[in-house]
Amino acid sequence: MTPATILGIGAAIIVSIALYGVVTASSLLRRIVALNLLGGGIFLLFGVIARRGAAAGFESDPVPQALVITGIVVAFAGTALAVALVVRLEQARNESPDADGERLDGADAP
Amino acid sequence: MNIDASTWLVAALVVPPIGAMLAFVFGGRAAPRIALATSLAGVGISGALLWTLVRTGEPLVVRVGGWMPPLGITLRADGLAGLLMMASSLIVLAVAMSAGAEPSLRSPRPGVMFWVLLQAVAGALVAAFISSDLFSFYVALELLTFAAVPLVSLQGSAKTIDAALRYLLFALLGSLAYLLGVGIVYGLFGALDLGELSIRIAAAPERSSLLGAALALMIVGLLAKTALFPLHLWLPPAHAGAPPPASALLSALVVKGSYLIMVRLWFDLAPGSMPQGAAMFVGALGAGAILFGSAMALQQARLKMIIAYSTLAQLGYLFLLFPLARGDTFEAAFAGASLQAVSHAFAKSAMFLGAGLLAARFGSDRLDSLRGAMRAMPLTVAAIVMAGLSLVGLPPSGGFWAKWLLLTAAVESGQWWWSITMLLGSALAVGYIWRVLSAMMEPGEQGPPDAVPLRSSVPGRAFRAAELAALGLALISLLLGLFAFVPVEVIGIGRAGGDALGGVAP
Repeated sequence: MTPATILGIGAAIIVSIALYGVVTASSLLRRIVALNLLGGGIFLLFGVIARRGAAAGFESDPVPQALVITGIVVAFAGTALAVALVVRLEQARNESPDADGERLDGADAP
Repeated sequence: MNIDASTWLVAALVVPPIGAMLAFVFGGRAAPRIALATSLAGVGISGALLWTLVRTGEPLVVRVGGWMPPLGITLRADGLAGLLMMASSLIVLAVAMSAGAEPSLRSPRPGVMFWVLLQAVAGALVAAFISSDLFSFYVALELLTFAAVPLVSLQGSAKTIDAALRYLLFALLGSLAYLLGVGIVYGLFGALDLGELSIRIAAAPERSSLLGAALALMIVGLLAKTALFPLHLWLPPAHAGAPPPASALLSALVVKGSYLIMVRLWFDLAPGSMPQGAAMFVGALGAGAILFGSAMALQQARLKMIIAYSTLAQLGYLFLLFPLARGDTFEAAFAGASLQAVSHAFAKSAMFLGAGLLAARFGSDRLDSLRGAMRAMPLTVAAIVMAGLSLVGLPPSGGFWAKWLLLTAAVESGQWWWSITMLLGSALAVGYIWRVLSAMMEPGEQGPPDAVPLRSSVPGRAFRAAELAALGLALISLLLGLFAFVPVEVIGIGRAGGDALGGVAP
């Protein structure tokens, strides 16, 4: 077994654990953490692909690493947005615990 | 000439994000003006682009920075991309014109954010339409998601934030599935550019089963983002909870971005080698969406929920493309589905804008509170009715030709069962549009016909502009059918390349 194979299997295990977490987690924060883990597993797989040298047999292909950097930025932005929404959700629920019934169209005020 | 044409492509991509940043920096009263200016520019740019496409009959290709694939990034606008850019820029402009009449967007904070996000959505859509490599698709999808999710929660109530979170989690899971697929494809073939990939895929048929697994991941991810039944759970609360101008963007345009990417993967990556079983499966989900969405729309008490469930149903028609586009019926099915994407975009945005105006005037969008709408707001009601005709598929609307082409493809390819679903879907659409219409026709005890909105601080001029914008969109969706041959011609540009028209192998 080469290191790339071992890491590849590791990536598969991380992805499946994370997927289980995303589907079954009950709290929003856990679900966001699981999504991050899923991203981590996928980035590891990109690393393995880079190590194997997918394109034209380079020793270690730089393209997947460039993709991972972009992917990390996107995952960070997504996590920040999700956490910000969770915080706002808590605030909104605490401010008006009874007012989330009739607001769907926004036009009725009270 | 070549330089000019490629300039349009780059300008289309660059103008909206610049506008978004300017609107964010200057804020306040400058934000709507900046957004209006960039949406006008967007219409001009898409018009110029479409004109170039029609004149030359060839797709526009720009290699960014002069780098060739596999290292460089290619921007490519074919006829379908040009048509969708034209439609989306017109709808963005109409939304920008009408957002001034939405009471919830008149307060400073959600107001400025709306104008920023409007331009962000416009830019992300262009990116999705003209990208041509797997990773740029991913970036475009994420831009689209991050612009669309905050639109849902602009009002800041617990319910809308909840809907936005649900949307975001669905979308993130979808894009991670897509990204995993991209990684596997790159590992197999060492390329990301669609053209380069299709050559390498054709040269290595022994890797097709692994490619199938990767494509399955990517397509499931895209289905979640396009809200195909049964991955639709996030759509109705998100689309109905956003402020109406935002709903118009989300329902008419945002879901089409991921749909177009799926079409490109399906037909361009490995032309003619997608298994018919997978096509049947996706088509069956589309048929399920048509029936389920229409049935749910019939039972809703709120106008915006009816429109949101109708989006679910109308998206279903788009997915009938995959089983129908094979062999001889490829062109009819492809033209039908593309026309459906465009005419639904116009009809749905007109409906949501109209629903927003009714809600602003009558204080609620519950059907039983819309009595007297016909007398009080004839223009808005006319817009909703015309858009409804297009959704049902009555001639001469764009929806009619879209459904007619799909029906023809279904009958000619011997897959008559899809046509039953389509006809049932239209019958159910008559039902839910009729419910809306009869609610608006009820005589009401509201004020005189020309009174300013009853329960809002909206100036009459903004209200008038919004009514005209909704009416314009509805007219386009209705009259698109009279000129249907023009879009059908345009769709063919850049698709005629040999294999691409080969259809799906049995």
